[in-house]
Amino acid sequence: MTTTTAQPILTPQMRAEIEAYFPRYPTKQAVTLPALHIINEHLRCVPEGAIPELAKMLELSPAQVYDTLSFYGYFKSKPCGKVRAWVCRSISCSLRGGEEVLEALSEKLGVAPGETSGDGKVTLEFGECLGLCDFAPAMLANDTVYKNLSVEQAGDVAAQLKKQADAK
Amino acid sequence: MAEFEPVLLANIHKPDSHTLSVYRAAGGYAAIKKVLSTMSPVDTVELVKASNLRGRGGAGFPCGLKWSFLPKDAPTVYMCVNADESEPATFNNRILMELDPHQVLEGIMIGCYATRAQTAYIYVRCEYPTAYKRLHQAIQECYGAGLLGQNINGSGFNLDIYLHRGAAAYICGEETGLIESLEGKRAWPRIKPPFPAIEGAFRKPTVVNNIETLANVPHIVNRGADWFKSMGVPSTNPKDPGSYGPKLYCISGHVNTPCCVELPLGVTCRELIERHGGGVWKGRKGKMAIPGGMSMGLLTEKEFDTPLDFAGPGKVGCLGLGTAAVTVMDETVSIVDYLNNACRFFAHESCGQCTPCREGTSWSSRLMTRILSGKGRLKDLEILQSISQSIGIMPGTTICGLADGAAWPLKNALGKFRGELEEYIKKTNPGGYQQEEPAMALVELAHH
Ligand SMILES: Cc1cc2nc3c(=O)[nH]c(=O)nc-3n(C[C@H](O)[C@H](O)[C@H](O)COP(=O)(O)O)c2cc1C
Ligand code: SF4
Ligand code: FES
Repeated sequence: MTTTTAQPILTPQMRAEIEAYFPRYPTKQAVTLPALHIINEHLRCVPEGAIPELAKMLELSPAQVYDTLSFYGYFKSKPCGKVRAWVCRSISCSLRGGEEVLEALSEKLGVAPGETSGDGKVTLEFGECLGLCDFAPAMLANDTVYKNLSVEQAGDVAAQLKKQADAK
Repeated sequence: MAEFEPVLLANIHKPDSHTLSVYRAAGGYAAIKKVLSTMSPVDTVELVKASNLRGRGGAGFPCGLKWSFLPKDAPTVYMCVNADESEPATFNNRILMELDPHQVLEGIMIGCYATRAQTAYIYVRCEYPTAYKRLHQAIQECYGAGLLGQNINGSGFNLDIYLHRGAAAYICGEETGLIESLEGKRAWPRIKPPFPAIEGAFRKPTVVNNIETLANVPHIVNRGADWFKSMGVPSTNPKDPGSYGPKLYCISGHVNTPCCVELPLGVTCRELIERHGGGVWKGRKGKMAIPGGMSMGLLTEKEFDTPLDFAGPGKVGCLGLGTAAVTVMDETVSIVDYLNNACRFFAHESCGQCTPCREGTSWSSRLMTRILSGKGRLKDLEILQSISQSIGIMPGTTICGLADGAAWPLKNALGKFRGELEEYIKKTNPGGYQQEEPAMALVELAHH
């Protein structure tokens, strides 16, 4: 009988990026969030299999890493779309039609908030105040800010999001 | 009255305002030079104390006094810079970090020197990618110019500044939640005492300050405590530290020109709306406004003349000045929609460790959903009232102030707009508004 070892999830590059954070903090545990961000950037998620590998690097129990990870809803276990778009639903955006914009985008993209389009390009989510209230209603899609959105623009914006995904 | 000349926002309209050369050309990094060459850490603390600079992050604690709590002989002290800025309607920290990151860094440097911290972590919410990039570039420039690292300017002072990204959780802005998150744990706020000054990050003495608070510090060094105290609202009794200095006010919601404007502390809400926000939009009338971020509660239109200094909003039943972020709501806004939005936010953001906060915020959000959907009962208002009075640090049932922030929108809406809430319930649920029996949960409640 042969034993199969699963492929490691953390690549040498990810490991190197994570290790580069060690000198910044007095504990390795403090590298948990930076490491989760690094993994998330490479894989657009943090798969469960990565947890024991990361725990080993940080000299923690996998349960500790999982405890932290699960607190922050930001990290998903299944890959997000190439573009992750957050439409703000907090008060200043909501007053200017933010929730209607989210609904319209949801319709144009054919996904409910929290879901990823069938082609894997766009994940649509609601966000709480993005600190862009001077541009309400606002959306943050990866690092791109979409300002002063309206329901009428939803079709164009959905197309732009797909284009943003193709360019990635 | 002469137009106020911006201090914190003086540079932001210049091209490349985020670069070291532009900052230096405007006299930047003169303050840290002065501090390192002519002042002791104690002198620096005393100067900031004398200015009466109060924290801009929401609590308004006197900054110099906080710095003086740090032990003078501790071998390791940390500075945690709070750039989590997640209070709904607040975006002034973003503007400072994106458009004048060196001003922020100089404030951090002086704060670290004063408190003898040799490591600073800037905890930046992950929704601020541009701020993160700008700060990152600015930090690199400082290392290149010998403004960070070992033996800065030959003074023997060492300082490293690191950026630490959050992960979309409001509670990471609470100072001990921030520290727990920095340490790699869930952001569960700690029971205080011990306060961070005694036992903070990595169990070491730690100072936590907001971005805007620190951005004021270089100007206090350059121009003196008296200059700082020449602006704002003087203290009215020996126990009141007053409201001095410039403040970044954010104006959003139903105004013609949402913006961030710098003014001496104490401007009224009405003046902000009329003079700086371009008036209420669509020619409508204002109905109500949030005075300083969602947590602070609600002003009615009649209360728009309230001065937004540290003492003002409290006088009309609000929690306080908070982040001085004003959200204006016009006459078409229903109190039910406002309250539903507020309750939903806090239910989403409660960290869940205190039962009264976890259950109270979650149930108030469910009750608001019920009311909104036309199944409300007058009894629901009683339940909301009792939640609002039983959660928070003030009644002493919870660990952190998130629960007080969740209670205030309820308190103010129920106190100031009770009639409208009752009317809505009666109108939308004519057959059942008087019902007292336990009611079935609604299907559409699974929204967070
Ligand atoms: C729920 C909650 C959220 C908070 N969020 C922030 C925040 O995003 N930014 C901030 O500077 N302070 C925030 N604070 C206040 C901090 O706990 C702390 O008072 C502040 O960072 C201290 O800095 P300062 O004295 O310079 O204002 C929050 C407090 C609570 C209770
Ligand atoms: S009051 Fe709420 S947010 Fe604060 S620690 Fe308790 S449960 Fe968490
Ligand atoms: S309320 Fe939407 S960005 Fe602030």
